[in-house]
Amino acid sequence: MFKLNFAGSPKTELAKSETQPVGRRNFLRYAGVTAASSAIVLAGCKDNDPPMATGGVDLGSGDTGILNYAYALEQLEAAFYIQVLQSKYSGMTTAEEQILTDIRDHEIAHRDFFKAALGASAIPALEVDFSSINFGSRASVLGAAKTFEDLGVSAYNGAGKLLTSPDFLLLAGKIVSVEARHAAAIRSLLNPKSADFAGDDIVTPANGLDAQRSPTDVLMLARTYVKTQINAGNLPTS
Amino acid sequence: MNLYKILNDIEKSDADVYERLSSRRNAFRFGGKIALAAVPLVMGSMFRKAYGQSASGVLDVLNYALTLEYLEDDFYVRGLAAPGLIPAGDRTIFTQIGRHETAHVAFLRTAISGAGGTPVSKPVFDFTARGQFPDVFTNYQTFLTLSQAFEDTGVRAYKGQAGALIANNDVLTAALQIHSVEARHASEVRRLRGQKGWITGNMGAPAAVYAGEETTMQGGLNVTGITTAPASAVGEAFDEPLTMQAVLAIAKPFIAG
Repeated sequence: MFKLNFAGSPKTELAKSETQPVGRRNFLRYAGVTAASSAIVLAGCKDNDPPMATGGVDLGSGDTGILNYAYALEQLEAAFYIQVLQSKYSGMTTAEEQILTDIRDHEIAHRDFFKAALGASAIPALEVDFSSINFGSRASVLGAAKTFEDLGVSAYNGAGKLLTSPDFLLLAGKIVSVEARHAAAIRSLLNPKSADFAGDDIVTPANGLDAQRSPTDVLMLARTYVKTQINAGNLPTS
Repeated sequence: MNLYKILNDIEKSDADVYERLSSRRNAFRFGGKIALAAVPLVMGSMFRKAYGQSASGVLDVLNYALTLEYLEDDFYVRGLAAPGLIPAGDRTIFTQIGRHETAHVAFLRTAISGAGGTPVSKPVFDFTARGQFPDVFTNYQTFLTLSQAFEDTGVRAYKGQAGALIANNDVLTAALQIHSVEARHASEVRRLRGQKGWITGNMGAPAAVYAGEETTMQGGLNVTGITTAPASAVGEAFDEPLTMQAVLAIAKPFIAG
């Protein structure tokens, strides 16, 4: 009832901002895609089977596929922290609530950014499954947060080489370090004043390198938390 | 210094280097006036476009990274050795960070040699920055300030070079794996100081370390316009790169020779 009479209202603005072609066009223009790489993106859209036709949501191919892969992970993280703040575990301190709220908002920003950037190529909203997490328990929530953040860092670290556009690579780089900041903060909440923020379980002591994982490995580990079947079969592998 | 030599060499071999780079600048509108004042963003991808990918370019990036790792490593070795500087309860943290920086130095030296290059030698560092921070190893707060600045700069420096490594999968992946470790360090040190683990706006010191971090423009989109997340969170959610020149300007006062 408002949409025709209140142009410029928050609701209208939100709807407008989510108009996919605009975001996509700007994104591609920014990325400075050449004719060749733009063909890859378009081919990725064209070749996408309709969702579920192959038994899952198809992430697509090329750089678009990798961006959809990142979008899937950000959807998962955002949904998790939204739930954490909606059903706070008992004894959540003010400091913890601030950290978890910040992280929630960062993941929402990442999620919404990928959705707008991918435009018509974006995968649909995923259905999550957090039944394995006890949201009333600090240990369960922070343990899951640690899993998600470390997984996200390793996913971006492993996906960098799969991107062909330096501009998309830079964007992934801008996000992965924030995920790593989250991971360290969550680990530090779990075990303050220890080496766990960059523990030997995740950073190889001999070379000081953080983890990196292939999309296949990441999606296998994420499967516990996602009901929607994800088809990563068309993603680049090198 | 080898780092300046890299830039000087480029300038000698291509007098138009800055013009080539700055033309790219117009394609990016991150950070508004900051971007205009700074040398172009995404220097790595610029190099790739301007000169094509070359093995020597990758070696230059690795030697640049090695120099920054030398700086961090030396900083923590001296900090951990300074009597009474780091409180007992925090030593575990800085021991872990220092171990990583030592490992990064060794890893990069091996990578450079393995690629047929010669690792740059370790500079002599002056962590007082010619007297700007005279109590760096006697005042824990000063030590923490510089630790945070070095870690946050490291994150931005690696990020700024990712594009230059895009054609070399192994080197790129390793650089990303170091990059995220620096970000873990930065988060921890910031939180030790009672700050957030992430960068809000362009808050922090020295100012050059945080210049441009406040942007909410990503991929040609003003992210604040397409998300329900508050604007402050949008700025925090994306870390920004620094060019080699900007990083060298930050590091220069700490390099005595």
